[in-house]
Amino acid sequence: MTLKKSCAIAGVAESRLGVVPDSTVLTLQAEAMVAALAEAGLEKTDVDAVFSSGNWGRLPQLQISEYLGIQPSYSDNTSVGGASFEFHLGHAAAAIKAGLCKVAVILYGSTQRSRRERRIFEAHADLGYQYETPYGLPIPVGAYALAASRHMAQYGTKPEQLAELAVSTREWAKLNPAAYRREQLTIEDVLSSEMIASPLHRLDCCLVTDGGGCVVVVSPEIAKTIPKAPIWLLGQGESHSHAQISEMPDLTISPAKESGKRAFKMAGINHDQLDVVEIYDSFTITVLLTLESLGFCKPGTSGDFVSNARTAPGGEFPLNTNGGGLSYCHPGQYGIFLLIESVRQLRNECGERQVPNATLALASGTGGVLSSNSTCILGLE
Amino acid sequence: MPEELPDPDSIHYWDGVSNSELRYQLCNGCKSSIFYPRSICPACGSSDICWKVSSGLGKIYACTTVYRAPPKYKDKVPYIVALIDLDEDYRMMSEIINFGEKDVSVGKQVKVIFRDDIDGKLMPYFTPID
Repeated sequence: MTLKKSCAIAGVAESRLGVVPDSTVLTLQAEAMVAALAEAGLEKTDVDAVFSSGNWGRLPQLQISEYLGIQPSYSDNTSVGGASFEFHLGHAAAAIKAGLCKVAVILYGSTQRSRRERRIFEAHADLGYQYETPYGLPIPVGAYALAASRHMAQYGTKPEQLAELAVSTREWAKLNPAAYRREQLTIEDVLSSEMIASPLHRLDCCLVTDGGGCVVVVSPEIAKTIPKAPIWLLGQGESHSHAQISEMPDLTISPAKESGKRAFKMAGINHDQLDVVEIYDSFTITVLLTLESLGFCKPGTSGDFVSNARTAPGGEFPLNTNGGGLSYCHPGQYGIFLLIESVRQLRNECGERQVPNATLALASGTGGVLSSNSTCILGLE
Repeated sequence: MPEELPDPDSIHYWDGVSNSELRYQLCNGCKSSIFYPRSICPACGSSDICWKVSSGLGKIYACTTVYRAPPKYKDKVPYIVALIDLDEDYRMMSEIINFGEKDVSVGKQVKVIFRDDIDGKLMPYFTPID
């Protein structure tokens, strides 16, 4: 039993991104869904499954479905941070394969920039958090800073190498008209930006923006009828290892190690067959750890791996081609945009930032404090 | 709604702290050390768990100096938050204090030291040892 080619992505869309004060979390998700369904050549009445994540409401899955006027026969509110949408795609594939639904929408929206909703983690001081919160670690950045400190001590990774990843990602953002930050950025700029939690500087951290997105997932039968080339799910794996950073077994190994292994096995491909890679970049260190955990390079070598503009436009490893959470947008849970960009690259729709002849893409979402990961391998055939 | 503190899992830990004693759990089934306190061993699933007192000695596993703090702690910056690997083979988060001119970095030996926090509650912190 495998999920390989059990479903295809038929439509993808962003809502307005950046600063969108005249919106709510509901309007942004509606906006993205309308555009994604139009691209898929489907109607709202075709939708029989809803997947969403977010902590903006009392019962957000019910609220967004009600707002959109959908009474789904399959419903999944798996909410494991920014990786949720890669989990959703795997779950949608399983549900479609089991015949429980045919047209699923994966939804996300946030107005965290305009409404200053970024209080998400601070409130928690009970249960397992009672042993961490009193020490004043800012979450999530402090947790990622701890991981970076460990990686640097264990392997000699340098702040310049983290900074280089931010610079290469900015070079991609310069080619994306939808990106929030497109001005010149140098390694020196990153290193001289405000220290937030050592060794992470402000420019090692993702943006805080508004925004939403939608991915329409369909059965193989419906995939034959859609206007654009269907983008097939070839492999998916998921895992989570902890909720809080003191419980992470090894701060240099993310759950991408387990999820990636499963995704590659299901897809039946090797790393060097991939044309484009989209890895969650909540912080620069997130990308370095994920590259190692997914097996693109050996443990401890990701700093060298991303050096010499290797991941920038024109480099041999096209990575985060939309400009990433670091420079394109980051409305709290960024994972849905990894899928959107992968699909657009495979459809050859990316203009100046298009990776030539892309037929295989990998999208790897990370959530929480390096807590959850789901990795999806997508292909044209 | 947040749970009231201490809770049934944590009361023995916080009782220890208020007596300047750092406590942790040991699984009688698989002999794993357990932290934070639980009703079930996360390694083997056993509920046969006992309490021990830690030596309070350990090593820094990871550490960060915080410059942009949560609102409650913003007047304290900069300060160092660390993950400590205790000699009894478990890990906890704490703050490194009273380090003076000493180097605070990954691998350094530390020992527990009990001080009042900003709410006046006795808390376990760690300090470097020579």
